Amino acid sequence: MAKITFDGIQIEVADGSTILQAARQIGGSIVPPAMCYYSTLKGTGGKCRACLVKVTAGSEKDPRPMPKLVASCITPVQDGMIVENTLNEEVLSTRKSIVEFLLINHPLDCPICDQAGECDLQNFAFEHGNVKQRYEEERREFDKIDIGQYIKLHMTRCILCYRCVYTADQLTEKRVHGVMNRGDAAEISTYIANSIENDFSGNIIDVCPVGALTDKTFRFANRVWFTKPVDAHRNCDKCSGKVVLWYRGNDVLRVTARKNEYNEVIDFICNTCRFEKKETSDWTIEGPRKIERTSVISQGHYLEGTQVADFTKRVAQEQYKNIDDLPVQPPRQLSPDTAR
Amino acid sequence: MQLSNRTKKIEPKPLNFWERMYLPVIFQGLNITIKHLFKKKATIRYPEVKRELSPVFRGLHILKRDAQGRERCTACGLCALACPAEAISMLSAERTKEEKHLYREEKYAAVYEVNMLRCIFCGLCEEACPKAAIYLQKDKFAPAFFGREEVIYGKDRLVESVTNRAKVGLDQ
Repeated sequence: MAKITFDGIQIEVADGSTILQAARQIGGSIVPPAMCYYSTLKGTGGKCRACLVKVTAGSEKDPRPMPKLVASCITPVQDGMIVENTLNEEVLSTRKSIVEFLLINHPLDCPICDQAGECDLQNFAFEHGNVKQRYEEERREFDKIDIGQYIKLHMTRCILCYRCVYTADQLTEKRVHGVMNRGDAAEISTYIANSIENDFSGNIIDVCPVGALTDKTFRFANRVWFTKPVDAHRNCDKCSGKVVLWYRGNDVLRVTARKNEYNEVIDFICNTCRFEKKETSDWTIEGPRKIERTSVISQGHYLEGTQVADFTKRVAQEQYKNIDDLPVQPPRQLSPDTAR
Repeated sequence: MQLSNRTKKIEPKPLNFWERMYLPVIFQGLNITIKHLFKKKATIRYPEVKRELSPVFRGLHILKRDAQGRERCTACGLCALACPAEAISMLSAERTKEEKHLYREEKYAAVYEVNMLRCIFCGLCEEACPKAAIYLQKDKFAPAFFGREEVIYGKDRLVESVTNRAKVGLDQ
């Protein structure tokens, strides 16, 4: 076990776990954002740099700070490590630059994109990014590619997180897509336009943090926030069969796997469940899915415990000015007579 | 019947001589009436003369086209999301190659409906629109209607005509 301090909170985690895993054990708003790391896939992480943190003391034996910010998703913890995330100005300003870098080639076509509303990059940019971009040069553009019967690839939107490559590697036996070329020219592609025919290929739609890989059966069908998520399951011989159905009225528009609070798939589902079972009669309904109140998907559902998004509070706090030209009046005592 | 214990009984005072004559108060009233004959009228002759609308007036919705006459709306749903009265609904569709001159983006609103009974003309849809597509016109009222089926405005009545362009927002 290793004892570390993350943002002033002490926690004991298993040896060999990463800083990000330790932060997730604490939970809440201090957890660094992650665009490429995927807890259920081996080898992911270290590519998007969204989770950079400052290590102010390396370990108990060697308490020197690490010279540069480190990616928390691939840096293992050491006993006595002190990590700063939201407390460190450098981390926050770097994160702003990371957003800017990720958005350099991103087309920002959210009004069209089917991922909008549940997009990791959208959330990341909203939480940490600047309102304005400085990039004025031409963005790279690709043609849309149909990979397989059900999946459409918008390479323009891709941020090269490699999640789909790891998914294909670890879920299936023969991976037929990957990252081709290097550096600026790198792109996700199927080998000589090979289509992905595997039974679990649909999962690359779910793991994609942006709208690069989208469901063709849901393409432009509706905005995510107008659909109603419902937990359901069915007996499937290939997968666990535990899914979320996205309803509009009585129609199932889309079937996805269930995700945890960090938008990571818990149980991967097969293509039969995802693309072919779109009737309510195919499923056993468990009940409405709980959606975080701060998510746009919960719009129009007037539930108790309404929470204001952090963003508005932050703006209010920044703009708050103390007005001290009036003496503070003591609250008037209400007698039962005047209270009437 | 007494509603509360705070009722006050008022005893009217007996009228004096001038008050019993009533003439002074009658002339006082007539004086006010005659004064108003020479004042500026508060009303206007409506159908012939119309009042100037406020520069921030929000009237009937319009779905703008761009300079090339293509529809700007891409059915992103943000207007419907922002709408506090839930008056807007839409269905999107994908643009085909032949329709490139009709719609600006690859996705467009196949159906776009505003329920004028629900709409409160708050202008939040206009503010939410990322494509500068929907506007509330500054010089046009939503007309009165005679049947409920006229209330829901579809694209046939909302989309700007190509020949007769409307001036809205920054155009003015």
